[in-house]
Parts: sequence; structure tokens; C-alpha cells
Amino acid sequence: MQESVKPDGITPSQTVGPFFKYGLTPTGEYAWNDAFTNSTLTPDVSGDRIRIEGRVFDGDGVAVPDAMLEIWQADAQGRFADPQDKRALPNASFRGFARCGTDKEGNYSFETIKPGAVPDPAGQPQAPHILVAVFGRGMLRHLYTRIYFSDEAGNAADPVLALVPADRRATLMAVREAGKPVYRLDLHLQGDNETVFFDV
Amino acid sequence: MTFIYPTGSNAAHPLPLSPDYKSSIKRAPNKPLIPMPHTLSELTGPVYGHETVREGDNDLTTQHSGEPIGERIIVHGHVRDEDGRGVPNSLVEIWQANSCGRYVHVRDQHPAPLDPNFTGAGRTVSDASGYYRFVTIKPGAYPWGNHHNAWRPAHIHLSVFGYSFVTRLVTQMYFPNDPLFPFDPIFNSVPDEKARARMVSSFDLENTQPEWALCYRFDIVLRGKNATPMENH
Repeated sequence: MQESVKPDGITPSQTVGPFFKYGLTPTGEYAWNDAFTNSTLTPDVSGDRIRIEGRVFDGDGVAVPDAMLEIWQADAQGRFADPQDKRALPNASFRGFARCGTDKEGNYSFETIKPGAVPDPAGQPQAPHILVAVFGRGMLRHLYTRIYFSDEAGNAADPVLALVPADRRATLMAVREAGKPVYRLDLHLQGDNETVFFDV
Repeated sequence: MTFIYPTGSNAAHPLPLSPDYKSSIKRAPNKPLIPMPHTLSELTGPVYGHETVREGDNDLTTQHSGEPIGERIIVHGHVRDEDGRGVPNSLVEIWQANSCGRYVHVRDQHPAPLDPNFTGAGRTVSDASGYYRFVTIKPGAYPWGNHHNAWRPAHIHLSVFGYSFVTRLVTQMYFPNDPLFPFDPIFNSVPDEKARARMVSSFDLENTQPEWALCYRFDIVLRGKNATPMENH
């Protein structure tokens, strides 16, 4: 059964292509059910419910209508729904993962909760953040970025933000709309306002 | 077991910019990726979506009232880590063109027929040994507008999760000995020949079912090594 063969490397990535919607994000438009939606919310979830929305642009500033974003985040107490996170999980049904395809104008949105602080490898708190994987036609490998929140005092001491040149940190900051639990962040795959992507 | 995910393994992947694939030119970042240490956020990942996998979701030939047209095939293999261990309980999603090379997607305008009995989407979860299995129809090659007389080699798109957010993989499985390989900029965006070969399934006569379906084996290798390999010896 080839159980013990050591591979000579990982399987390379290939683009998600232009036609993934009916398989990965059908959202009622195709004869296939959704494994995931753009919401992490569960009936029992605690924390501040927020919406994160924005658009995805290419290097010419043209909206990208065939991108797919996935998010992964901790709960409001900073705990992950993963057995590798040994700490207690008070939000038993919260998973922290969601997926969204962009629409014709490049719009995406997520319904989620504001995550809590997560420790870094040294045990120091990271500012609240959400991991993002960006897929799309023309993207041979998905890109990793993070969403931070512009109204978090902890950003100043965040060890990952500290690795990012100061003049590029704004590309990671979702900005709260006045008076609403809504944050906005546009992603730029290339160009002057290019989003910071991480080598992880 | 504690897994580590050395970024050096990512050298198998295509570079973001691969100019022969024209769509990459305006969608690849110009600035270098910023290295960072893995934190709990990167090391954890979703164990989720499995509850939406229904019995039969791994058989793309039985989703409609009739059987799809085309060559029925079995595609199976193991999801593995870099040490060769099976990755259990990993969601595997697939999508593909029909036997004529036409996708159900509304924007696919290739003038080949749609098949009312074939959507082309499936999903399954790897078992305790990492094994997964699909039954489907061999997809056709299809033309695309990248350059004059551009044709994609027949392929099945795969999406796999693994143990953490950094093991996430979207790739394409190809079929052995496709004459279109030398001309496909997406296949050839992977710089290393051995790495390209890992995207090509192998014909599996042993598991071909007589009078019913040819079989292809495709092992999917995700990032992840044992942090302390000696403990296994």
C-alpha cells in the first residue's frame, strides 16, 4: 500500500482557476451544496459580532471577480478550535473558518466575531488578527496575509506587525466604520498599495 | 506528535509570477513576501467541513438522474505529510470539466456540450490512514485564451486542508503521458521536473475494476514534518 514511502517533496500548488465556484463556493447558484459559508458565527458564539468587507484588486487597480478568500481565526478568548490548542474551548461549536468568493465588483465579506489576543511563540500576546489565504485565477499559489483591526491598542506591540515596514502596515489594518460593527479592508495583489503577504 | 512546517519545502511551488501564464502578470505581488515565525495562528487549522460531507459525495457519476457521458474512472490515493505518514481526517474537495472539456461554470463558453448528468464537484474526507477515493468521469482537454492554440491538459482540481492553515493546498491532478504537458504554462510554472511529476497521477491496473472503470492513483503530499524525527526509531 506504499505506506512507508518517503516522498521526495510536497505536491506543488496550481491555480484555483476561473471556474471553481460551482465546486467551492456554489452559494445556491449550482447543483452542489456549500461545505463552507462566509460566516463563522454559531448560535452559541460569544464575543463582538462584526462584519469585515472589502474588495480585491489587481496590479492595474481592476477589481478581481474570481478570487476566493479563506479566513482562520481564534475565538473571542483567543483560543483556536483545533486539538493542537490545548487550552479550554468555551465556545464549543465555534470553528473559526470561513470562505468567500469575490463578486463581479471584487467584493468580499465575512460575518464573524472579533478574535481575542493569541500568544506568540515566546508567550507574548499578539494583537487580535485573522489569517487570510487568497486564491484566484492567475495566482499559481495562494497568498497568506493577516487582517488586523485599526482600533486595537495592542497593534503597537504586535510581534508580527513589527516585522512589516511601518509604511506598509496600513495594508493589513481593517478600518472600523463609524458607529457600525463593520470593518473595511481592500486587498491589492500588486502595485503601490500592495497588500503585505507573508512567507509562512 | 508535533509538526513543523519548514518554509524551504515551498520551493516546490510555482513562483507567483510566471509570465507565460498571462493572468499571473497583474496578480502576482511585486514586493517580496515577508518572512515570519509560525505562531499558534499558523500552526492550527480548521477541522471543519467534514460534517457537510454526505454519503456518495465522492461519486460524481451518481449525482443526477442518469449516468454522465464519458470514461468512468476511479481516482484514489493517500494524503501524506512530508515524512510519508498518512494525514487522516483531511477534507478533499475536487472539481473538474466534463468528458468534453466543458465546465458547468456560467462563464465557461467553450463550445462543447454540457452534460445534464454531470456537475463535476465532489468531496470526501481521508480515512485514518490518509486514504481517499473518488469515482468520476475522465475530464476532457479544453482550449483557453492564454496564447494561440492554447489547450489545458486534462486535469482535476483538488483542494486539501491537512493539519494547519499553512498546509492548505489547492492543486491540479494530471493524467500520465499527456501530449499537452510541454505546452502548458500552468503545468510548467512548477520549475522542478520532479515536482511537476508529483502532479501527475499514475495508471493503477491493480485497482482498475474489470468491466467497469480504469483507476488512477494520486498521492497528495502536504507540508509537515515530525519536529523530533528520532522518536520514531
